[in-house]
Amino acid sequence: MSEQVSDIRDVIFGTLRAMLPDGRPITEQTHITEDLGLDSVAMMDFVMEIEDKLDISVPLDKIAEVETLGDLIATVQRLKVTS
Amino acid sequence: MGLLDKFAPLAEQYRRHEAAGTNPFTVAFDRVLSPTEAMIGDKRILLLGTNNYLGLTYDPSVIDSAIAATRSSGSGTTGSRIANGSYGGHRSLERALADFYGRKHGMVFSTGYQANLGIISTLAGKNDHLLLDADSHASIYDGARLGYAQVTRFRHNSPEDLANRLRRLKDEPGDKVIVVEGIYSMLGDKAPLREFAAVKREYGAYLVVDEAHSLGVLGETGRGLTEEAGVEADADFIIGTFSKSLGGVGGFCVTDMEGAEVLRVVSRPYMFSASLPPGVIAATEAALHELRTRPELRQRLTENAQRLYRGLAALGFELGPEPSPVVSAVMPSPEAAFGLWAALLQAGLYTNVSLPPATPKGLALLRSSVSAAHSRAQIDRAIALFGELGARLGLLTRSEAFAPAK
Repeated sequence: MSEQVSDIRDVIFGTLRAMLPDGRPITEQTHITEDLGLDSVAMMDFVMEIEDKLDISVPLDKIAEVETLGDLIATVQRLKVTS
Repeated sequence: MGLLDKFAPLAEQYRRHEAAGTNPFTVAFDRVLSPTEAMIGDKRILLLGTNNYLGLTYDPSVIDSAIAATRSSGSGTTGSRIANGSYGGHRSLERALADFYGRKHGMVFSTGYQANLGIISTLAGKNDHLLLDADSHASIYDGARLGYAQVTRFRHNSPEDLANRLRRLKDEPGDKVIVVEGIYSMLGDKAPLREFAAVKREYGAYLVVDEAHSLGVLGETGRGLTEEAGVEADADFIIGTFSKSLGGVGGFCVTDMEGAEVLRVVSRPYMFSASLPPGVIAATEAALHELRTRPELRQRLTENAQRLYRGLAALGFELGPEPSPVVSAVMPSPEAAFGLWAALLQAGLYTNVSLPPATPKGLALLRSSVSAAHSRAQIDRAIALFGELGARLGLLTRSEAFAPAK
């Protein structure tokens, strides 16, 4: 299970690093809209990249609840377990 | 901390544009002269961003119908469709829309926004699934938020991605409802509707098509992209608006689905809004008659759209992937979009600024829309102004910002 969480974290962090040009540090505490400046559509586009890599769909109401990268990892992990 | 502090960055931008006299979001026309011209102060403005596709806002039969209905039935209905707000005219317009589309049921809403809100929030219930194209209009997203269904977003215009997401949901209980648009309002691109229809059939889903920007624009008789693509039988619900090709305000839904009458008593935006005034209803029915009986309007619109698209493309502007009545030029930044917009308006040409998150891929757009009512000379004048001011502002070099949708 813990290995799966670290896999998910790798996918999410890797996707984000490829999207962000400036190589700023990101952690599980990073706030996606406030720290990274993603607007609502950019956030949904970011999640879409992760969905493809992990073969899951994250419903929009679940995306709306996500604030930090840690929240996103937890949300994706819950969906991965139930899928 | 004030209640509105959360909007501080936006408020600062807004204040800056107000101070510079270049706020696209508060521009007002002091007098409108025709579908293609208006006055701001004593400056005559060529209108190239009004969605007035067929130019019917000043059609004599449309105006006469509005006046006659207002005189006979009053200025407003003062009530909702399920109380005192259903007049003969509302029923008549619903029958005319159903007849135009060859469907059993027609339902009229007070705005196009509410048509999407009312239908999408109601069709998919608590245990159902909504699948929305990523570039959907705000009214589709808001309709999804108002309802209780689980909402999944698929890649813009990608039948493969839609199929992928339906596959992931195939063991989930509940109905699957797909929502796409005929023409997308930001870049003017069309949905690959034949392919979407095939996916819909394969997975036993329902299909809703919003023809807001394609009614009166596409198809042999102007019914929209479903007609052009030959997939009307696959579109379970067609949604549309009166505020573009029909030159009024309001929205509608048509369907062949048995029992659809029940939507009148379960769709909250329909039930709890005042209905459209008799004048708007009568004008819309007259405009629908014009749309049906004057195919030359659609022909002229298409010619104008292609003329503007080719003209701007030849200047070196990066445009949406195909010619349509919506012609958007990709700007390198929001500031560049504001700059060109203000320069064009100063020179007497009105267009739209479209910014993220309303636009796809974070694009800043200088958006135009053409009308059948534009003369060739007007289109050519617009192209010339784009060329002159685009060059002055250094915007005519092609950028890599926009890759056309595959």
